[in-house]
Amino acid sequence: MSARRGWAWLWLFLGFLYFFIPLLGTFIFSLHGKRGVLSFAAYHRVFADPLFIETFTFSLQMAILTIIVGLCLIIPTVIWIHLRAPWAKPVVETFSLLPFVIPPIVLVFGLIRMYSAPPFQLVSSRLLLVAGYVVLSFPYIYRSVDAGLRAIDLRGLTEAAQSLGAGWGTIMFKVVLPNMRVSLLSAAFLTFSIVIGELTLAVMLAWPAFGPYMALVGRDLAYEPAALAILSFLLTWGLIGLIQFASRRLAGSALGGTH
Amino acid sequence: MKQQSEGQRGARVARPSSSARPRAWLGIVPFAVFCLAFMILPAGSLLVGSFQDPQGAFTLANIAHLFRPDILKCYLVTIEVSAVTAVAGGLFGLLLAFSVTLGGLPKGLRSGLLTFSGVASNFAGVPLAFAFIATMGRVGMVTVVLKTVFGINLYEHGFNLYSFWGLCLTYLYFQLPLMVLIITPALDGMKKEWREASESLGASKTQYWLHIGLPILAPPLLSCMILLFGNAFGAYATAYALTGGLLNLVPILIGAQIQGDVLHDPNLGYALAFGMVVVMTACILAYTALQKRASRWLR
Repeated sequence: MSARRGWAWLWLFLGFLYFFIPLLGTFIFSLHGKRGVLSFAAYHRVFADPLFIETFTFSLQMAILTIIVGLCLIIPTVIWIHLRAPWAKPVVETFSLLPFVIPPIVLVFGLIRMYSAPPFQLVSSRLLLVAGYVVLSFPYIYRSVDAGLRAIDLRGLTEAAQSLGAGWGTIMFKVVLPNMRVSLLSAAFLTFSIVIGELTLAVMLAWPAFGPYMALVGRDLAYEPAALAILSFLLTWGLIGLIQFASRRLAGSALGGTH
Repeated sequence: MKQQSEGQRGARVARPSSSARPRAWLGIVPFAVFCLAFMILPAGSLLVGSFQDPQGAFTLANIAHLFRPDILKCYLVTIEVSAVTAVAGGLFGLLLAFSVTLGGLPKGLRSGLLTFSGVASNFAGVPLAFAFIATMGRVGMVTVVLKTVFGINLYEHGFNLYSFWGLCLTYLYFQLPLMVLIITPALDGMKKEWREASESLGASKTQYWLHIGLPILAPPLLSCMILLFGNAFGAYATAYALTGGLLNLVPILIGAQIQGDVLHDPNLGYALAFGMVVVMTACILAYTALQKRASRWLR
């Protein structure tokens, strides 16, 4: 018994080393921005770069658009399937998992081939970038929304609301969506974390996004990339933390459900 | 159970009139149109293009060219990186997940490791490459400390972060945590009763693992590794930022082809991309089939 625990500790310790050393190394490295002393100079320079703000804002806008478009596309579809067209579930599920089969580099290749010539010349439009991001986030949004809907008694809730005279607008915004806020939040945060540092689509479609900006910094500078890596890690950590916080805090207070 | 009863209820309510079915179809039209426009048709256009010559006539030459030595090599390196990181990440991830589930460690470590894995599996792409350059690059922290404190010069001993093994080491940073996340449910499904039953029947620990534990764990283990394989196979950003396109991986070659027609043959580029989709599809199909098999025991 204790031998097993000893091995368990050993594996966990090795894992800890593998995960922790690059983070620590990167952090210490990022403090060398000023010769001879440890300082946050590299971080100051990152934040002072106008391109940092510009590209981050651009990616932020794209992330918000992606979240809006993705949710508007998937929520009604999944609700519709649950209520009216259960037979369509396998089809929609397959569609929303297809991005796992089509890597981003292939997806963007196809988008460029299809939309760089008339009749649909979209390659230089932000629309195409957002559409690509929506496709990339399909699996995550679909899974969150579907899980959220399965956790509530959708049919019971809508029938109760209808029998009390509520229209579809009221049902959606006052009954169904508030009950799904945890899964909607986690879908939004996951999408955000995918889009904010995304490189492949942004580089190939030539947009001044945050991912390509980071890649450029990495080519030209030494300490700023390390600072950016630490900042990205903190951002990812913060987003995942928010998802977990939201699901813990809000899940208990959800209406309806199975209890 | 719940799903089933919902389905029955749904069938009862949704059936009443025969005209309800065409209208029920309408609800998924926006989603279907979007998928067609921005996923299926673009991918399909690559598929069509890979069977066309520059004049648009049907040909199998592009597919045949995929087996040209330089392109085959490119696929092989990509497959090797994916396989190495899938197996190494899979085994080590299994050991880590095993430690916090069946290993008898304090409960807090389990949620700690799972939370961290959620973060680390999302920490990929450019920042991840930066982290490894800052740590294991030529002037990275670990490289420097090993050289000045321990007198070990990694780069003189054949290590190079910007090469095959360096890329593998870097990919493991998102492969390992992904493995922990997807194999933990399978380990949770290993019932204590099985071990107790086998022990009370006089089986040794080795016999338990050989005849009960491993046969049950093998399908989920294999399916998770296949998922890791696909995960590495499609990765572009990390490799691009780490090697700057020096290591010839299929995604890198496709990227170069998009940006500057390095193959001097657009249709060969489409075939290259089509080949990736074929490999990824094979992965997902194998994954689903094995998961189905695994769910017989572990639920």
